Amino acid sequence: MLWLPSPATFTGEDTAEFHVHGGRAVVRAVLDALASMSGLRAAEPGEFTRRAVLNGRMDLLAAEAVADLVAADTSRQRDQALNQLQGGLSALYDGWRDRLVASLARLEAVIDFPDEDVPAEVSAGLAPALAALEREMREHLGDPRGERLREGLSAVILGAPNVGKSSLLNALAGTDAAIVSEEAGTTRDTVEVAMDIAGFAVTVVDTAGLRETGNGVEGEGIRRARARAAAADLKLLVADASRWAETVAAVAALQGEDAVLVAGKADLARPPAGAEAIALSPATGEGISDLLAAMAQRFADAWENAGLSPSRGRHRSGLLQAADALRRCRGQLHGDVTLAAEDLRLAATALGRLTGRVDVEDLLDVIFREFCIGK
Amino acid sequence: MEPSRSHDVIVIGGGHAGTEAAAAAARCGAATLLVTHRRATIGAMSCNPAIGGLGKGHLVREIDALDGLMARAIDRSGIQFRVLNASKGPAVRGPRAQADRTLYARAIRDLLEEQEGLGIVEGEAADIVLDSEGRIVGVALADGRRLAARAVVITTGTFLRGMVHVGEEHWPAGRIGDAAAVALAATLERHRFAMGRLKTGTPPRLDGRTIDTAACEVQPGDDAPEPFSWLSGPVTVPQVPCHVTATCRATHDIIRANLHRSPIHSGGIDGIGPRYCPSLEDKVVRFADRAGHRIFLEPEGLDTATVYPNGISTSLPRDVQDAFVATIPGLARARIERHGYAIEYDFVDPRELAHSLETRRIPGLFLAGQINGTTGYEEAAGQGLVAGINAARLAGGEEPFVVDRADAYLGVMIDDLVTRGTREPYRMFTSRAEYRLLLRADNADLRLTEKGRGAGCVTGPRWRSFCRRRREVETAMARARELRVTPDTARAAGFDVNRDGRRRDLFELSATADASPVRLAGLWPEIASWPAHALLQVAIAGRYAGYLGRMEADIAAFRRDEGLSLPSGLDYGRIGGLSSELRERMAAARPATLGQAARLPGVTPAALQALLAHVRRRAA
Repeated sequence: MLWLPSPATFTGEDTAEFHVHGGRAVVRAVLDALASMSGLRAAEPGEFTRRAVLNGRMDLLAAEAVADLVAADTSRQRDQALNQLQGGLSALYDGWRDRLVASLARLEAVIDFPDEDVPAEVSAGLAPALAALEREMREHLGDPRGERLREGLSAVILGAPNVGKSSLLNALAGTDAAIVSEEAGTTRDTVEVAMDIAGFAVTVVDTAGLRETGNGVEGEGIRRARARAAAADLKLLVADASRWAETVAAVAALQGEDAVLVAGKADLARPPAGAEAIALSPATGEGISDLLAAMAQRFADAWENAGLSPSRGRHRSGLLQAADALRRCRGQLHGDVTLAAEDLRLAATALGRLTGRVDVEDLLDVIFREFCIGK
Repeated sequence: MEPSRSHDVIVIGGGHAGTEAAAAAARCGAATLLVTHRRATIGAMSCNPAIGGLGKGHLVREIDALDGLMARAIDRSGIQFRVLNASKGPAVRGPRAQADRTLYARAIRDLLEEQEGLGIVEGEAADIVLDSEGRIVGVALADGRRLAARAVVITTGTFLRGMVHVGEEHWPAGRIGDAAAVALAATLERHRFAMGRLKTGTPPRLDGRTIDTAACEVQPGDDAPEPFSWLSGPVTVPQVPCHVTATCRATHDIIRANLHRSPIHSGGIDGIGPRYCPSLEDKVVRFADRAGHRIFLEPEGLDTATVYPNGISTSLPRDVQDAFVATIPGLARARIERHGYAIEYDFVDPRELAHSLETRRIPGLFLAGQINGTTGYEEAAGQGLVAGINAARLAGGEEPFVVDRADAYLGVMIDDLVTRGTREPYRMFTSRAEYRLLLRADNADLRLTEKGRGAGCVTGPRWRSFCRRRREVETAMARARELRVTPDTARAAGFDVNRDGRRRDLFELSATADASPVRLAGLWPEIASWPAHALLQVAIAGRYAGYLGRMEADIAAFRRDEGLSLPSGLDYGRIGGLSSELRERMAAARPATLGQAARLPGVTPAALQALLAHVRRRAA
């Protein structure tokens, strides 16, 4: 952890930076742990930039430049951003927000007009409506695809030792699809290459060979390889065309819809007839374009509607806040209705932060449209 | 009283805003004069005979916390007290009382007479007098008298070009039986105040002796009437029940058949009416599928038979009112004493005002009450109080007294009005307050009295009573943290808590469903000697614990934005990154702080950033 005292920081305020090891899971775990601590919350959209502006560390032009830096790497990411800009996710969240506001209006009508003609069944219908809304939010939250697409997908090369995995990685790195990074030192314990495959940002990672072993260091490598395989969006399973039967057995258990089987060293031998594998010969370049096409196809199949899942942590945390507030609200519906309303308001505000503001006039409009209020 | 003498503050209008304004200015030490058409109508309730309710009851408690009149007046005149929402949680409990009109007006007049430094004069204020720099220096009366003052508060309610409608007939009037204020409207127009037109309605008044109450549902008051004011003793006015009935299909049929004769539906009225207080003809049109609408039969007093049928305000012709009233259960033979009417009136766009309720156009001129587009006695009185305090402070050369949205419903109301304006008569609702759990009727004094003492409007007796109460609350709150018991002890005393080994303090136990003063005193005998009001604060703090913490964080963020003031001469046309619509809106509203800008309709976080960056660059 790095402690940066004010004022010479990005925002001009005291800042703590966490530098953590490893991949997304670690980052997620750290963020989750921080979010659960009282007094801590995720920054609002642009809040760091806003604070920097507020504290005179940055003017608006610089703030815009920061936004420009957060640019898409690939066409799919750009499309996703465009889709979001044009309201794909907004329509979904606004729809939820409208339902929250409608429910809140019902509760508020019960609270603000206790003597009047608000039918008793008004609050009765709330419990199932809110339960359905919370369920939809949690299902949406359970879909990681949008966020993965934005952050980039991963493909892992797996196979027994010495079947041509490194050659495969090198071959991929040599194609036009590889994204050449200016940044040095981004790879550590695995060898990887960033690629743009049909618009998907993909990191292809080589791993240690899969084999039963007692060797400590190698054993650890294999354990990590299996872990990477489990988290990967696509597995590139490599077997040696010249030792097909024994090397294909090492990856047989990993076959599936999220895997592509590659026959390595195809310049030395051909894979047996009937083996559904892409024959790859790095030396001649044979099979590389087939492999890229196969990878693109798998990604396209699996990520068809990825635009409609949360695309970044901020959405996830806003939605989670909304869903949690909804759960608390449902617990209060038959208790203190003021607290139920407060939680609904928090839920609507959390969603509103994703799309725009919640205005009390919206609420009053619904109340007066739906109920005949007024002595 | 000598009308020719110079005053610090002159208040025009003797309604709920005007009386609070005059009393508040005088409490602050200003030599104050109240100018009213007729002394006899001071403190008149021209609409329904009730004070308080949701949001409104909160306002009355806040007025009391600032040593105002309304709470004490209703405590001396209330004939039925009810705490609304008693079962729905402490934050939304709204005290409400039916008033005896005569007693209420008398109580207000008595309180005004007791007030030192306050004079009253009858007359029509025709114009305001300005010096060569455009500052207010006094008031000109219609009879030619001129009264000098350093600050003037106008509280003319619905009298600005008031127009009464009953069916096809209409005539100018401030309220039935009183003249409209036409000259003053022209004056405001001449000074180019942005004006609008609103309408409101009243129901026919009934002779209670001709109502068959046996055909109605009885609505009793609370067993133990809860006074509004901390200074009032127990309520001694005799208490009476109200009755409830409802319209039926036959009522609606008559209204539908005569809609073309309603000035609202035939186009005779263009003013905008409130959505929450529609006329009966509006209800029938908009909610055509409803079989009936409730009507509350509210007695207007102990010595009068007049009943106010709350829920059937109308401006239909007299013969239609006679016909539809007769279809209502219990009212078959009811005699109408005075027919219902609608009134249209001018109001000043409240965005003309600063948070002190001083107009931006004329320094020293303050506006309060319905003239600012609000409805309701409580809303009017609250504004009057704030305007009166600020008029006195201006006259004394002091800074404005402003309460914000996190202080009080008063702050919510005034901020809504002066930053957003209003398109319909503005009424308080608890849903308007974003810090609702904090802004409760039970803690209005804890939120405001000390602030009011600082502003000079809280006098000695109130201050001493408040200090005692606050000390009792603070003692209880401090002690509540120290009083802790194991689950087994709590269970033995009748609290159904889990045996999880966790010790619980008084906050937590008093928030449980099993809590009662007696049961808590069973655990800690000292509690038996605590005042009920102090134990209530402990129980509420326990009940809202998690929520109040979060709210206080929100308030800190809110006040940070409020602390960022925007220069008054900002040229919004030169701010890059703002849509032209937002530029216009901001230029019209001239927000004083970043927080106020944020609350303007349609303002996005990006627009705020653009605004802020522009201000920073300008300052650099």
